[in-house]
Amino acid sequence: MASPESAVNGPTMTAGAASKSLRNAFGGVIAFIILVLIGVLAFSIRLFSVIKYESVIHEFDPYFNYRVTQFLSKNGIYDFWNWFDDRTWYPLGRVIGGTVYPGLTLTAGTIWKVVNSLNIPLSVETVCVFTAPIFSAFASWAAYLLTKEVKGPGAGLTAAALLAMVPSYISRSVAGSYDNEAVAIFALVFTFYLYIKTLNTGSLFYATLNALAYFYMVCSWGGYTFIINLIPMHVLLCIVTGRYSSRLYIAYAPLVVLGTLLASLVPVVGFNAVLTSEHFASFLVFIIIHVVALAYYIKGILSPKMFKVAVTLVVSVGLAVCCAVIAILIAVVASSPTKGWSGRSLTLLDPTYASKYIPIIASVSEHQPPTWPSYFMDINVLAFLVPAGIIACFMPLTDSSSFVILYIVTSVYFSGVMVRLMLVLAPAACILSGIALSEAFNVLTRSIKFQLPGIAGNPSIAVRMWRIMSTSKENGSSTVVAPNDIPKTEEAAKEKPAKKNRKKEKENVEKKPTPSKTEKRLLVLPLEASVIAVLLLVLLGAFYVVHCVWAAAEAYSAPSIVLTSHSNDGGLHVFDDFREAYSWLSHNTDVDDKVASWWDYGYQTTAMANRTVLVDNNTWNNTHIATVGTAMSSPEKQAWEIFHSLDVKYVLVVFGGVVGYPSDDINKFLWMVRIGGGVFPHIKEPDYLRDGQYRIDAQATPTMLNCLMYKLSYFRFVETDGKGFDRVRRTEIGKKHFKLTHFEEVFTTHHWMVRIYKLKPQRNRIRGKTKKSKSSRSVSSKRDVRGKRNPWH
Amino acid sequence: NEQLAIPQLRQSSYRHETPPTNPSRRCLHLGYFGGKRLHKISWSAPKPSPLTRSAPMAKLAIFFTLTLSLLPFLSHSFSPDTPTDRRILVLLDDFSLKSSHSIFFTSLKSRGFDLDFKLADDPKLSLQRYGQYLYDGLILFAPSVERFGGALDVAAVLDFVDSGHDLIVAADTTASDLIKSVATECGVDFDEDPSAMVIDHQGYAVSDVDGDHTLIAADELIRSDVILGKTKIEAPVLFKGIAHSLNAANTLALKVLSGSPSAYSANPSAKLSSPPSLTGSAISLVSVVQARNNARIMISGSLDLFSNRYMKSSVQKAGSPSKYEKSGNEQFVTEVSKWLFHERGHLKAGNLRHLKVGETGEPAMYRIKDDLEFYVDIFEWSGNSWEPYVADDVQVQFYMMSPYVLKTLSTDKKGLYHTSFKVPDVYGVFQFKVEYQKLGYTSLSLSKQIPVRPFRHNEYERFIPTAFPYYGASFTTMAGFFIFSVVYLYNK
Repeated sequence: MASPESAVNGPTMTAGAASKSLRNAFGGVIAFIILVLIGVLAFSIRLFSVIKYESVIHEFDPYFNYRVTQFLSKNGIYDFWNWFDDRTWYPLGRVIGGTVYPGLTLTAGTIWKVVNSLNIPLSVETVCVFTAPIFSAFASWAAYLLTKEVKGPGAGLTAAALLAMVPSYISRSVAGSYDNEAVAIFALVFTFYLYIKTLNTGSLFYATLNALAYFYMVCSWGGYTFIINLIPMHVLLCIVTGRYSSRLYIAYAPLVVLGTLLASLVPVVGFNAVLTSEHFASFLVFIIIHVVALAYYIKGILSPKMFKVAVTLVVSVGLAVCCAVIAILIAVVASSPTKGWSGRSLTLLDPTYASKYIPIIASVSEHQPPTWPSYFMDINVLAFLVPAGIIACFMPLTDSSSFVILYIVTSVYFSGVMVRLMLVLAPAACILSGIALSEAFNVLTRSIKFQLPGIAGNPSIAVRMWRIMSTSKENGSSTVVAPNDIPKTEEAAKEKPAKKNRKKEKENVEKKPTPSKTEKRLLVLPLEASVIAVLLLVLLGAFYVVHCVWAAAEAYSAPSIVLTSHSNDGGLHVFDDFREAYSWLSHNTDVDDKVASWWDYGYQTTAMANRTVLVDNNTWNNTHIATVGTAMSSPEKQAWEIFHSLDVKYVLVVFGGVVGYPSDDINKFLWMVRIGGGVFPHIKEPDYLRDGQYRIDAQATPTMLNCLMYKLSYFRFVETDGKGFDRVRRTEIGKKHFKLTHFEEVFTTHHWMVRIYKLKPQRNRIRGKTKKSKSSRSVSSKRDVRGKRNPWH
Repeated sequence: NEQLAIPQLRQSSYRHETPPTNPSRRCLHLGYFGGKRLHKISWSAPKPSPLTRSAPMAKLAIFFTLTLSLLPFLSHSFSPDTPTDRRILVLLDDFSLKSSHSIFFTSLKSRGFDLDFKLADDPKLSLQRYGQYLYDGLILFAPSVERFGGALDVAAVLDFVDSGHDLIVAADTTASDLIKSVATECGVDFDEDPSAMVIDHQGYAVSDVDGDHTLIAADELIRSDVILGKTKIEAPVLFKGIAHSLNAANTLALKVLSGSPSAYSANPSAKLSSPPSLTGSAISLVSVVQARNNARIMISGSLDLFSNRYMKSSVQKAGSPSKYEKSGNEQFVTEVSKWLFHERGHLKAGNLRHLKVGETGEPAMYRIKDDLEFYVDIFEWSGNSWEPYVADDVQVQFYMMSPYVLKTLSTDKKGLYHTSFKVPDVYGVFQFKVEYQKLGYTSLSLSKQIPVRPFRHNEYERFIPTAFPYYGASFTTMAGFFIFSVVYLYNK
């Protein structure tokens, strides 16, 4: 962490005074220590899950990532790239190497390799569990760098501290939550930092780094489209507001060219980087920035009069060309059914799109729009600080602060569409809150210092605050747009080397504030108000910390494969049914047996039970999922036929009715009906609803009571309490005593949370038609005889 | 399939404890689990497959391993590898049937079967002891029995069938509910009217003395050499008994001897008040059922069909000029019983293997567009040895939800079937499937899972001619940019 030191040391070069330079060096060391502590905080606050539960991979998707990482560490990168997985999506299989974002896997794989080559024998699982906390520390540091570029180191440190413990980010990066987002948020913030850095310095070096960071982001998460749309938006904003500069060009053009080239190297993106609508904005802005650059260049070499003529000429021709290009683009895009946008992106633009057309996207809980309380839960006091931060960014409005404003505005919109994207909002909220807090403390502490005897007039305090003063003054006259904008004269001189440029800037920046020093006393607040405000802000921060620690410890640390409940006497009860079921499968079934379940449990089944599944959480094939949904919503015989045609041996259902586990298959069942009905129209949702209500009690429809999901969930359920009272739906079930004809129960876990059934083999004989009544009697007698035949009784 | 070796050894102690019921017939089995006919299991020698090795040494080694793995099966007389039944329990209403049907029984004995005659209500009746079946086949010549003796009941009979054993049921006008329910469970519905018989006013036998045309000279035989033998049954078959029908949806049951179009089922002594429920060729006189586990069942509406009297009597069908000295009964019964007790029409397939053209050894995974060769062995049981099965209609499917490749296999007439094809341009988890269902033969259903992967990243063509303009474009752009930079930077 050399950057904080250098950054703080920067001003000292011109300041001159030895005591001042010493003080700044001291500040740098403190900043460094604070940053290290922030990293430790970010890491350690995420360890609650390990301490409270165990070092285990969480939830669903992380199990897949873990399995992929295991494969990578075992077989090497080329086999990983070419991995054709025949254990999922039976019988289609899945080309893992070409359909997965490899960033997370490669990161953890590299860490594992490095650690092992240092003779530290960590297992792959351990590395995977702790990847997310490590990268959240990195993300905090990246937030520091980004905010420092925008508003100086003080705001940076505050933002880093806030990001280290923001609950929204914790929810996705506790130890064990080994998911793409864990590294992607770091990559996102770091890419933005490098963009701002390039924008501020105009250095090609940073531009190249920016493209590389963007590449890492593309490797890690599908959310990279956010970057490649946000940055063009910002560039466009700068151009429109007359802030075009060569630094903007350097920040943007290499990113588009290099970034697109690099992105298309990632197998899962490939030609999408130039073919899908998500990327078109960047190319459009790329064209625009070149046009603008050309215009500025021509303006420079032509006389004003000639320039006017040229402008009219170019604008008329340009408009014609633009119209033609846009027409072609629209034609190309319109020829594809989804208008070239993928379903998930369309959901972002039109929040009702998914619920209207794609039940498979709408059915995922993290794709739902968030509720208001979830904002308070996930970003807490930041929600109130963000507006203050936005105001702070407007005075003065610089290239970088306008970027941050744009970032917060877009991410607020996206988070309102999908609860998952709250994660993108979190860094933006932290950065702006950091700015707000730091500015507030700046003003308040300055007020206190000026009014305390013996401190007033200390020149060192002034160093911090010259910016606001000077720029706000200068903004009024609107001669210079931002303090770190290069004056036009310098631009004309074409100072090429970036370093020199930067130095000049700094000198330029340092020179300006000196005349306005005397006026700062005018902005001083009353002493009492300042002290109280400082105390209140500290209190606010304390509340935030308390909330974050609570969220990390209680709300977001449950691994979801192990559940706990507190009994009335304070004891802890652990439900470990999932692992019980998966280990039963791995020990009692054949290696090549196929297990059918709803797709939620696909990743866990392949990773933990090592059995082939039909569908899993990578929901790429709607038809296949619909087939399973249809089977689950069909009567036993039809379901048996569907499963038999897919070589299924076992069916796994999750049932919470005994212990009151609400996210079980019965509660997800309507989605199965909808998704199944979307492809196979004979499954109709109204058949499963009584007067529009979803119910499983005596009022339920016959279709509902006879479907496979109901039967597999409630088979023998009445034996538990004699009444068949479902503790999730809080009602007695409709059909209590029934037999299964085509399935047989083979395993039910301790708390009945997972039930595994086996498909019965086809009957050896086909019965004759007549004497049905008699045959049923003979069947029952058969059962009795079987019972009696045991020689030991 | 190689993993079978261990379960076999584990079973060995168990196998040796079971009393060898027929020591004289001990023989070597190529072995898998006895009792059940598991055709999905290949019976091949361990890898590498004999195809790829030809040296006698290899054969010796294979023989040796085979012998070792077969030791546990020495004492068991019925197995998929000698599928012919050996021990047969005959249940009779009374022992007089033993002499009145002696021709049938003698022919069975002469073919090497051990017949165990018991009365159907014998209180010590039991099909199994210590979980092992004592018999391989069951003949129910007791149409009127209401209750079996001992531990035997309908469920036990059906379990016997479901564990792969064969059954002959002969009914009569006196057929009890018990016999009828056994038939129903096997997919054969006898006429519900207890007094009904098959009457045919055109196809009756001239020797019918009663004059009510219930003695039928039936000649509507199934056309299947496997079931009825190669020599055609010339003389009509004498039949006197009750009719049954088959569910059309039942793919397992076959009418071997069906009624003529003029036959119907009614009470011969009563006046026909309503149209008979069973008429014409819907009537089946003798049916066979081959269950899914290849257990075979024969159900006859007439016990007299098997009797010496019918076998020896001459026959002339009404309205037909040709008179036969001997009825077709003996030949019919003998041939059907040969089929029934697996002396004929029993196939086994196995040693399903495949390899990439030009390679030895079975790959674990294919790539799309690979060329592969497929082999399978099919043999037919001739009664005392396995003979190569020769047919030109065996097909293999390369199957993923639907067959992507369907090829007819060619045979070398030594039991080896072979074909070669190109893997389709679709990746996924495929199966080699041999589904062979031919009338009268045991159904073969083998499958072997094999994944097919797409190209690896370095298996695509590296330089394709159509892309040369693009290569040219990119290299000229690079060169142009370089020159431009040099000129721009140093040209001042």
